[in-house]
Amino acid sequence: MSTQETHDHGHGDGHAHEPQSFLSKYIFPLDHKMIAMQYLFTGMAMALIGGFTVYVFRMQLAFPGAHVPGFGMVSPDRYNMLVTSHGTIMIFWVAMPVLIAALGNYLIPLMIGADDMVFPRINRLSYQIFLLSALVLISSFFVTGGAFGGAWTAYPPLSARGDYNATGLGSSLWLVAVALEFVAFLLGGINFITTAMNARAPGMKLTDIPMVVWMIVLASIMFMASVGPLVAGAIMLLFDQQLGTAFFDPNRGGDPVLWQHLFWFFGHPEVYVVLLPAMGIVAEVITTFARKKLFAYKTVLYTAAATGIIGFFVWAHHQFIAGIDPRMASLFTITTLIISVPVAEMLFVYIATLYGGSIRLTTPMLWALAFIAEFLLGGVTGIFLGAAGSDIYFHDTYFVVAHFHYTFFPIAFIATFAAITYWFPKMFGRMMDERLGKIHFWITIIAFNFIFIPLFLTGAAGDHRRIYNYQHFPEQWTPTLQNLRILATYALLVMIAAQVIFFVNFFKSLKSGPKAEKNPWKANTLEWVAPSPPPHGNFEEMPTVYRGPYEYGHPDRELDYWPQNEPA
Amino acid sequence: MYERFFTAASTYARDIDYLILLILVCVGFGFIVAEIVFFGFIFKFRAQDGVKTQYVTGEEKSQKKWVSMPHYLVLVLDVLIVIGALKVWSDIKIEMPEPDAKIRVIGQQWAWSFVHEGADGKLDTADDIRTVEELHVEVNKTYHFLLEARDVLHSFSVPAFRLKQDAVPGRVITGWFKATETGTFDIQCAEICGVGHGIMAARIIIDSPEDYAAWVKKGGPTAFWAASNVKAPGAAKAAIDAPTPTLTANNAAPLPQ
Repeated sequence: MSTQETHDHGHGDGHAHEPQSFLSKYIFPLDHKMIAMQYLFTGMAMALIGGFTVYVFRMQLAFPGAHVPGFGMVSPDRYNMLVTSHGTIMIFWVAMPVLIAALGNYLIPLMIGADDMVFPRINRLSYQIFLLSALVLISSFFVTGGAFGGAWTAYPPLSARGDYNATGLGSSLWLVAVALEFVAFLLGGINFITTAMNARAPGMKLTDIPMVVWMIVLASIMFMASVGPLVAGAIMLLFDQQLGTAFFDPNRGGDPVLWQHLFWFFGHPEVYVVLLPAMGIVAEVITTFARKKLFAYKTVLYTAAATGIIGFFVWAHHQFIAGIDPRMASLFTITTLIISVPVAEMLFVYIATLYGGSIRLTTPMLWALAFIAEFLLGGVTGIFLGAAGSDIYFHDTYFVVAHFHYTFFPIAFIATFAAITYWFPKMFGRMMDERLGKIHFWITIIAFNFIFIPLFLTGAAGDHRRIYNYQHFPEQWTPTLQNLRILATYALLVMIAAQVIFFVNFFKSLKSGPKAEKNPWKANTLEWVAPSPPPHGNFEEMPTVYRGPYEYGHPDRELDYWPQNEPA
Repeated sequence: MYERFFTAASTYARDIDYLILLILVCVGFGFIVAEIVFFGFIFKFRAQDGVKTQYVTGEEKSQKKWVSMPHYLVLVLDVLIVIGALKVWSDIKIEMPEPDAKIRVIGQQWAWSFVHEGADGKLDTADDIRTVEELHVEVNKTYHFLLEARDVLHSFSVPAFRLKQDAVPGRVITGWFKATETGTFDIQCAEICGVGHGIMAARIIIDSPEDYAAWVKKGGPTAFWAASNVKAPGAAKAAIDAPTPTLTANNAAPLPQ
């Protein structure tokens, strides 16, 4: 794109913001929307890498020892690298940047009626550090020994010594990448919280803030409160690896279980850090397409806050059998089951929101509804693992894998697709193709269930995780179980193939989709007041807020929606 | 694959199965009701011409009860599950019955080795029987196992017993089991422990008192792997191109007589 075109664009919208060069608009932007796009596209690119790794290792599980097209033979050390990279990338470099950073950056200023983030330069720095972290992680694939192969939880002593994990340099780069990435999101989190609290449009009370903004703010607070121990832990582990300290080395007075506490003190709240923004997206989409006021706004807010607080007291349920004092299991079983109450209540509120609505099954609505339907299964299967007694059997089996994919896939992909299809007209000023969108939706959802329901069964039958080949376990090496593994792999291939439809739809609509009006979905929140796409500076006239975000079907009005900025 | 739920070879295996069943009934009930209501609403309230949406704030008591009632139901079911889960947990992991015998279980990259009491009925004496990748126990006898790890974390898992416990280097973790039927079952490592994690298999051989006495008298391991058509874990290990120095070190570790 030439500089001239970007100038025209800037002038055409007649906004006071300075015209920008290509470099300052696309490479070093200060505009929150462009930073959001950088996060979004980086996240999508990382999802391709994460998707490739799962393709390779699921092929190995279905056809052990076979040549995997596009990769080759999967040796046990490669297998460990692939599962480690898959987990790390999908959680830290896909779910986090897309759900929190991309959507937070894009939506918060637009939805609260601000012209940008309060700290645009910190925002830019946040992305640059994030990009650096991604590059460090990718570079670890190419060093001697290869990428880290000690699982995404990186338990020492395995992760602490090159002669245990065979990937000495890879494991250090992995730690550096993770620590850098956390710095990036800390910077982003500061920005989100400050912006949402200080830069709201005149008239916007705390209870007028759209739910997705609240959720991202709560998630950022949780992230900032939980990440400290893990960053400290990561530095300690890095010292153990490179400087010969002994924080986690039992031979010299260290304690490997300490790392598990530091990791899961962050790791479990992290689940809710990504869950909450997904819940927020679903709230926006279902209210818009059911034309319904959100059922009990404050209840949703309180349950989200309760989830956030209780989420800090459940971490040791990952460690029931890790050698912690068995009496601690009582406490953590109770807290873990208590957290099912606010999360279940949030889902009940969403289901109640549908009552009496006028539901239009557009593509974003299908994704949002699928989130509720699938996440419910992810939630209830967690009870088997949170209950200490049954966790003895299920711990570290494929039951766990299936359970957290039933939570993480809805969060990181289903909710993200809901968000992309819902806000695409705003982001790019064009509509997406509904037909392609629905084909993509149905294939993805059906394939998803065919991947993970078989894995619940293999897990219940005793398949442990991170095993590259079950031939050595006579009880697991049975035709029935192997057929289930093959079924899951075939379903995965179908699901990966279906993503081509998404990319076709995305780029085709980006180029030649029908032009979107300002408010194509007839929604209430402030981002729909700005032009599509919004120029640098967002609004033609800064909005004033008169009411809450979910005034659909108000009895005093002819129209079934009531934008937040429309004077009474 | 459902044989897993029929093979219960330890005293507490069935307790865990019944707990799983209890949870399945509780959450299954909630799950099915929630999904039925959810899909029912989607069907009933689909957009229809001339039908205006209802304006429900959800802030009034009469409306809130529709989410607070299921919320209390969840709480009641949670209490039920907590009681069951902690009862089972406490029986398996906290309350240790008096042992009839002790065994030492050692995990290392990438093999399980076991130390059995010899004819003198004591551990750590000269006539201990040491084996690699096969554990012999006597049916209907309470065992305490002393679990150690030489290098990294491992996890001692016997699915037929519903038993799993991580082994932590630097600690000796004690647990117990009592086998209820004779037979041969898998032992797996359930915690990723490096390149050879997937081949860290072993077998537990539960003998009748007579067979066990004969085995002890013989004072050595049986030839389970030779008799089976499954490749022995040790044999598979040779296929890995000695990726780490520890592999060599392990090969030098004490092997059975």
